[in-house]
Amino acid sequence: MIARYQTVLFIVLLAASVVMGGILWHLRDRAHQRLLNGEDSAPTQAPQVAPAEQATLLVASDADNSLRAQVQTLPLPQDAESRARVILGRLLDLYAAPDATHPVPGGASSVAQVFLLQAPSLAAGPGESKPADNSDGAKAPADGPLLAVVNLTPSFAANHPSGLETETLTVLSLCGTLHANLPRVTQVRFLVDGQPRATLAGHADLTRTYLATDAVPTEGSHP
Amino acid sequence: MLKYSPTTKRWLRNAFGAAALLVAASLVTAQSPAVPPVPQPPPAPPQPRFVVLLDAAHGGDDPGGKLSDQPEKAFSLALSVKLRSLLTARGIQVVTTRESDTNLDVNRRAEIANHANAQACLSLHATEAGSGVHLFTSSLPPAPASRIPAWKTAQAAWVTRSLALAGVLNSALQQAGIAVMLGRTALPEVDSMTCPAIAVEVAPDQTQGSDARTELDDPGYQARVAEALAAALLEWKTEARQP
Repeated sequence: MIARYQTVLFIVLLAASVVMGGILWHLRDRAHQRLLNGEDSAPTQAPQVAPAEQATLLVASDADNSLRAQVQTLPLPQDAESRARVILGRLLDLYAAPDATHPVPGGASSVAQVFLLQAPSLAAGPGESKPADNSDGAKAPADGPLLAVVNLTPSFAANHPSGLETETLTVLSLCGTLHANLPRVTQVRFLVDGQPRATLAGHADLTRTYLATDAVPTEGSHP
Repeated sequence: MLKYSPTTKRWLRNAFGAAALLVAASLVTAQSPAVPPVPQPPPAPPQPRFVVLLDAAHGGDDPGGKLSDQPEKAFSLALSVKLRSLLTARGIQVVTTRESDTNLDVNRRAEIANHANAQACLSLHATEAGSGVHLFTSSLPPAPASRIPAWKTAQAAWVTRSLALAGVLNSALQQAGIAVMLGRTALPEVDSMTCPAIAVEVAPDQTQGSDARTELDDPGYQARVAEALAAALLEWKTEARQP
């Protein structure tokens, strides 16, 4: 025989459990609703999708030490510097793919920035540039040759395979791709983490100014 | 009548005898037909010294690229030693930038090359990428020689000769059945050299159209490359001696 007070206690506890369950369910709904409302009211703007355009990539091949032009369609921003960065990023994405003809780890994030400046004259001699009088880091005029300064990430340089052929191909394909898509780019310099660096991975000289036109071969030819 | 002492007579007799001999000799010389001077062969021009500079890349704290079984610095040094022996055996004077695992600045390498006044400078490298032997000349545009060339672009005056040397090396390597890739590059030590200079990068040998691959650590492959380079330099020496 169950005592009366035990029956009453059981009923009270059961009722309390049901009420607490209901309250928890209600709080969960409110939290979920608040989350949804918060997302809706976030001050973000939907990203604008840039129109897809064609870009020419000079893709390196270790097998025959060549650069081959490859046309790709990709969304490109209007700003020239951002455009250059996106194009070089796509090129490095190809190199980071498992079946790459010129395997280099890193991908698109390896290009930190690309700056376009007025190109200095090359009167100082072959391979060395002499800044023009008014080229103190100023932006380039509307027309005229440009110097592209490509700032690479330290991890890209640290993980780049070491070798004359592979480093040379990387440098030349970056230069050639820039010139193929931005014909005003005639000279290219490289920085790593914002600093000049002697070589890319022990071989290719990164202290010199590269002439972009030297890196644009006929299709499939050797650089 | 004069009287002479016996000593004076003897002296006079000797003097007359000597004078008569001189007169007779001069007469004979004057009457004999002119003897054409024997043409003396011109002194041989001194043979120019033929020196080859071998620069084993990297070394010391700089291991270079990572090969399958050893760092690039060890391979380049071994190839330099092997090539030096072959060239010395063929009578070619060799100067090397390093003989052991030591640190060597790129400027110091070029300094050694330029002081050696070499007729051929080879910078020796190795890689696992690609196949065969890669021959790189400086990507500097050819420029006329100047008395005081700029340090970083000194090779510009030698690019034409360097391309000719690359052609000789290419022929010899192909004759040895080794695939060759020709290219241009910007390598600081080569760009500062005032001699026909080539960067030689040895990669594993892969026969086209087959999966057969000869790795860098194969002694037979190393010997084949060294022999071909030595034969090419001997050919280059012969060409350099021709007027």
